[in-house]
Amino acid sequence: MKQALRVGAGLVTLICVIAAVLFAFRLPISDSFSLLFQGAFGGKFGIARTLAIGGPILLTGLAVVVAWRAGLYNIGGEGQMLMGGMFAAAAYAFVPISPGLVLQITMVLAAILGGSFYAGFASWLWVSRGVPLVISTILLNFIAVHLLGWAVTGPLQEPNLQLPQTASLPDSVMFLRPDRQTDFHFGILLSAVACVAVSIWLFRTYEGFRVRVIGSNEGVARASGWNVARSQHIAMLISGGLCGLAASLNYQGITGTVDAGFSQNWGFLGIPVALVGLLNPLGTAGSALLFGALFAGSDQLSRFTPSGAAIVYVVQAVAVILFVVVKSVNDRRQLVGVSND
Amino acid sequence: MTDWIAVWLFSTPILCAAIGDVLVQRSGILNIGLEGQMLLGAFTAFAVSSATGNPWLGLLCGAGSGLLLALIVGKLVIDLLADQVVVGMAMIFLSLGVTAYLYQNQFGMIGSSVGAPVLPKLGGIDFVMAMSVLLVPAFGLLLYKTKWGLCLRACGEYPEAAESARVSVRKFRFVALAIGGILAGIAGAELSIGIAGSFSENMTQGRGYVAIAMVTFGRWKPQWVLASCLLIGWLESIQFLAQSQGWEIPFRLLLAMPYAAALLVLIIVGRGAAGPEVLGKPFRKNT
Repeated sequence: MKQALRVGAGLVTLICVIAAVLFAFRLPISDSFSLLFQGAFGGKFGIARTLAIGGPILLTGLAVVVAWRAGLYNIGGEGQMLMGGMFAAAAYAFVPISPGLVLQITMVLAAILGGSFYAGFASWLWVSRGVPLVISTILLNFIAVHLLGWAVTGPLQEPNLQLPQTASLPDSVMFLRPDRQTDFHFGILLSAVACVAVSIWLFRTYEGFRVRVIGSNEGVARASGWNVARSQHIAMLISGGLCGLAASLNYQGITGTVDAGFSQNWGFLGIPVALVGLLNPLGTAGSALLFGALFAGSDQLSRFTPSGAAIVYVVQAVAVILFVVVKSVNDRRQLVGVSND
Repeated sequence: MTDWIAVWLFSTPILCAAIGDVLVQRSGILNIGLEGQMLLGAFTAFAVSSATGNPWLGLLCGAGSGLLLALIVGKLVIDLLADQVVVGMAMIFLSLGVTAYLYQNQFGMIGSSVGAPVLPKLGGIDFVMAMSVLLVPAFGLLLYKTKWGLCLRACGEYPEAAESARVSVRKFRFVALAIGGILAGIAGAELSIGIAGSFSENMTQGRGYVAIAMVTFGRWKPQWVLASCLLIGWLESIQFLAQSQGWEIPFRLLLAMPYAAALLVLIIVGRGAAGPEVLGKPFRKNT
């Protein structure tokens, strides 16, 4: 009941934020809302677009949830996504299996492995060398961009050697589309599976419990004699793997090729998505769906403005700032409450 | 032959932002939003310069926009004790959206890129280039030879001790953020009305993050930050030289070198890093 009330309040707030941003940008509010709604939910095309964007940002959002619950700032989602895409493309180019379901699954696993490996490297740097994750993941993002930029003009370049991107995938290794006119593909279901799995792992397993304790109070975890480094490693590996899976969804679901600009900021977008989802897997699913809808719908705003996606960025920024302010006021009230007792 | 003026020019935006961020990080704040401050500065400077025809006014307004974002960050992370990484990310998205929207709506309809009057150059050197380099020894002296610098460093190392010595951590952090914001705005302005003479969406392309990384690479010391920024500028200028000469070297890998080198330094130095002790942690004053 209380949970439902909070979700409802959050939704109303978000709609107010969107209205305020539209007002600030001097767009007609009710017309824009109906266009946004049409773009996001109008007919099979709209819904398919919403889900096709919502799936990957749900995964990068979950990646943020897992890491931050363990007290780790993984802002390397971009780099981990790029690595995932690169590993999947390398699997397609170098694994000697003829295109088919086996290769498709191999590529998905390669993408997860790539993201995991990259995140694991960052957490190794933190745990064993004390390099702050915020700094190392920023640096690793850049290294991934340039590495991928090199790979798609070198060993992984498409066979005609014209464009800086990988070869287009044949349909047999792409995720199946029930309706070839729309963007919906069955890979999106993997993000829903991941959401449930992360939820169970965080709240129903011993390891997940330990991770949550470490994130909220590392001292308690250490005093209990737990291996904090090991749990943080595991959280980062899962986090990176989720980003890798997001890359696979985009690569094998939509684009069919990989290039240096392939992540479309989705790695970063995971952060506002997770925060608005209150760092909870199910909440993140809701917020990913909402922001997916906003991105899908913002295309329709082109009647009024050439840059609809810009509005979504601003809405996200304002929503995050509001979230931060509310949380800070709440924390303060709690502190006051404690001192009054 | 290396064109040293070009190296200087390419490293200036990063140096200008990084040298300001040295003060910010020394005061204990990790401001990821630097990227957003630079981007907003770049757009504001471009818009004002193209509207008024006066690049100096553009530079001033660019600096002002960086300052404005810095003060918002300060209010949120210093007074409301908000998470610094979260607030920084919000600032980046805010500037990305606002600048893209305003640019597209005001200039995007024309189709071709719009020019703006650029800052005058004297022998290939403009005001921002000179200022950034001069700030290096100035900030070195400020940090290590003045009482103000000692207090600022104390805020980033041991804020409780600073407070007990009647140093207002809040005030010092706000001042550091303000200086960092002004310099980040100027750094962005240098990109749009110093180098390019135009603006494009997401023009900074991660240079704000690069500046933060170079502060780390330069071990939070102005002279080493200068050296690392020059290294980046040199690598960027080599890229253009190589393209014109048609050399067969994988330049994308070369571009990744500074980040790899920065990471390597961090790995080697490890926990012995001379970084500010409480970098990124909010400070709650006991009252």
